[in-house]
Amino acid sequence: MNRRIVFHMLGRIITLQAVLMLLPLICGLIYREKSVISFLITIAIALGSGLLLTYLNVPKNKSLFAREGFAIVALAWIFMSAIGALPFVISGEIPSYTDAFFETASGFSTTGASVVNNVEAMSHCILFWRSFTHWIGGMGVLVLVMAIVPTDTGGSMHIARAEMPGPIVGKLVPKIRTTSKILYLIYIGLTFAEMILLLCGGMPLFESIVHSFGTAGTGGFGVKADSIAGYSAYCQWVITAFMIIFGINFNLFYLMLMRKFRASLKSEELWLYFAIIFAAVAAITYNIYPIYHNLSDSIRNSAFQVAAIISTTGYATADFNLWPTLSKAILFLLMFTGACAGSTGGGLKISRIILVYKQIVANLKNMLHSRSVSSVRFEGKPVENATIVNTTTYFALYALCIVVGFLLISIADCFDLETNLSAVVSCFNNIGPGFSKVGPTSNYAAYSVFSKWVLSASMLMGRLEILPMILLFSPDSWLKKRRKKV
Amino acid sequence: MNVIVIGCGKIGTAIISNFVSEGHDVVAVDNNPEVISELTNTYDVMGACGNGADSEILEEANVRKAELVIAVTGSDELNMLSCFLARRMGAKHTIARMRNPEYNDRSRAFMRQQLDISMSLNPELSTAHEIFNILKFPSAAKVESFSGRNFEMIEIRLKNDSKLDGMRIADMRLKYNAKFLICAVQRDDAVYIPDGNFVLKSGDKIGITAAPAEISKFLKELGILQKRARSVMILGGGRIAYYLSKMLEAENVPVTVIERDRAVCDTLCELLPKAVIINGDGANRELLIEEGLRSVDAFVALTGMDEENILVTSYVQSQNVPKVIAKVNRTELIPLAEHWGLDCIVTPKKLVSDRVLKYARALENSADSSMETLYTLMDDKVEALEFKVKPDFPKLNIPFKELKTKPNVLIAGIMRDRSIIIPAGDDMLMSDDKVVILAANQRINTLSDILK
Repeated sequence: MNRRIVFHMLGRIITLQAVLMLLPLICGLIYREKSVISFLITIAIALGSGLLLTYLNVPKNKSLFAREGFAIVALAWIFMSAIGALPFVISGEIPSYTDAFFETASGFSTTGASVVNNVEAMSHCILFWRSFTHWIGGMGVLVLVMAIVPTDTGGSMHIARAEMPGPIVGKLVPKIRTTSKILYLIYIGLTFAEMILLLCGGMPLFESIVHSFGTAGTGGFGVKADSIAGYSAYCQWVITAFMIIFGINFNLFYLMLMRKFRASLKSEELWLYFAIIFAAVAAITYNIYPIYHNLSDSIRNSAFQVAAIISTTGYATADFNLWPTLSKAILFLLMFTGACAGSTGGGLKISRIILVYKQIVANLKNMLHSRSVSSVRFEGKPVENATIVNTTTYFALYALCIVVGFLLISIADCFDLETNLSAVVSCFNNIGPGFSKVGPTSNYAAYSVFSKWVLSASMLMGRLEILPMILLFSPDSWLKKRRKKV
Repeated sequence: MNVIVIGCGKIGTAIISNFVSEGHDVVAVDNNPEVISELTNTYDVMGACGNGADSEILEEANVRKAELVIAVTGSDELNMLSCFLARRMGAKHTIARMRNPEYNDRSRAFMRQQLDISMSLNPELSTAHEIFNILKFPSAAKVESFSGRNFEMIEIRLKNDSKLDGMRIADMRLKYNAKFLICAVQRDDAVYIPDGNFVLKSGDKIGITAAPAEISKFLKELGILQKRARSVMILGGGRIAYYLSKMLEAENVPVTVIERDRAVCDTLCELLPKAVIINGDGANRELLIEEGLRSVDAFVALTGMDEENILVTSYVQSQNVPKVIAKVNRTELIPLAEHWGLDCIVTPKKLVSDRVLKYARALENSADSSMETLYTLMDDKVEALEFKVKPDFPKLNIPFKELKTKPNVLIAGIMRDRSIIIPAGDDMLMSDDKVVILAANQRINTLSDILK
């Protein structure tokens, strides 16, 4: 492990975080709030430690391999959450550090699970920061670093692969730096589009900014106790549409920008994504019609909830806890599927499900005709065996992590099964609300300190797709003896 | 610049590595997915997996916007076809590896012109040329000539008993009254562009630029001048051996080729009527000595096995053969071979990637100068570039002592009206001069890049 380059990059990221915190600072100055002080202090701490780390660790050897990539990404996310939590504590709006860390990890991992009982009482700059963490975490902070800081190391693909979700991470253009820039430009463009559409719908400026951040990162922090329920039907539809849009693979947007519409519409993943949304909305609308007695309300509410869960955003317009079991079951399953690979959403990712399904079919065929040769094709291309193995391994790890998380929080807190299971599933898949006591109208404040740390860890693990975190804590990646071959 | 490299074998990878370090946008195309995933992990390139002559793959690689398409797969036909297709689809320039002599008629280049291929690469032929040049001037480990062949650069390694050991460069100029310049010194892993106070040590690899006659004069005074090789023994009967023998035959140099495979020997025998073809194992000492190893002027190891080449040449060197050259393909082995005392090593893929690089740099020429020649030396850490100065160069007619140049850049020589100037402080650049620049650890594209 090339520790110098790991800490050097880490220093750069923390410095960048300090710069990003200027935005909530400005927001606080505009609203003339006392909490601004907390940002000043945090920026000073972040800037100091970031620059110190960067300049104390000027790497002699610029080689960066997979293990360094994983370590940089995992450490970056942990440290960013740790530092990002400071304003909440210093301003006293979330006095306990555990709660503040939970809130920030939930922000950066775009989960949107909150421990704040009264959101409406928080100051504007803190609310802004809370939602801004979604926006940063959605596309990934290292992608941002790569877009703005010139890196001359060849291994930046290892970083990108560790941070970007999905089984296959490709590039749009030959250079990773240009790729990151394009992704961020699309991201910024879409965020602005949503903001303007919300403004047109009569939502105040601050709230439209915050909600656009929350939707763009597929996070889910709001500023109202009832999430989105209090806004007009128009605003709800805009948010629904954008939640679905941000769950689509960003590569497809690039193809569309390049006017390669046919290529972008050929994506299997995209069509399955739409098909799942359509089927779920139809089923839930039928199921909840008796509650609302009104077709437009039923469609709107079911579409909003389906979009919020499948894109792993976690906004709510209705308390789906009160819905019939079928609807809840469908939403629960949607928590697992998640959005498309290469989007800002979390979950298993639709492409993984397609890959595993195809592999199962191929395997079954092979059992019947033991001499048959089969290959799995995805998006019109044959898939490498290594990718299949990685995907199935990911499935197993994913299940294991959820089981372990569920067990751990069940030891510490004796809520009912539905609460505990949905809390872990919801945090791990970066959604936010679960069912029962952690449903859309309540929050995670009731959990014990231990459980909050477990849930914070599972949120970060879920966002980084498990591997970086596990590899970070495996002694093998830190031992000096085994140097990786050049 | 957008570059597409089709075929990512040894040569393709060397080219990609060069282009990436120059900051170009590279798309690598290969039909082996493992090769592609390895490449995209190591270099900042985009990969496309498939056949390079498949229009869909070329489309995926964005051939429309490509300035340069380089096809270096193992198959000449595929390379030509890919280049032809790429050119038709909008690529500006194409380079194809064409090894088969029938496709590569050098006099007319009919095939190349018909297919609109900008340059053809023949690694074996380039390597044979390189070796041939060295054999003409065996004192040096490497010889490169700049335009008109009246200015040359050589690399020599200072042996333990060298007269230059411990000598300051400024003192050396006084002692040896020749017009030359020591332009680069490699010591251990570091490369220096030396000034007058630099002290040479034995074991250094030094680069010298001067007119050919001056170089001979200097080497004679040092006592290390060797006459051109009058008889050559070649180990391995591959394509390089064939081309090299052909060139040597034309100069009436007797050639002995040792090849293990009987069938290859038969073909070579038909193709090279004057050469002595021996069917046997070149690693066999008795065989080498029986065939007159001790009386030849030069020995060249060109088998397909790097290790065999290194081992046999290091044995041959111990038999006091004046000039020993080994072909080594894996660049990783070169430092090891040098450690064994072999200083004259040729690497086909490096020669080819240098040529491609030079071509690419020349595409980016600006108004103030045009690049004529580019060589890399000292393990690629130093580049020697020849520029033709155009009238638009901003610093014309300004003496060098008033010119602020970047560190680690050296103006090594000026060719003006067939005369060579080894520049001093009062010299200046004039329009239509040809100037040779040496640059360590940096990239020079145009002449203006040397200015601060």
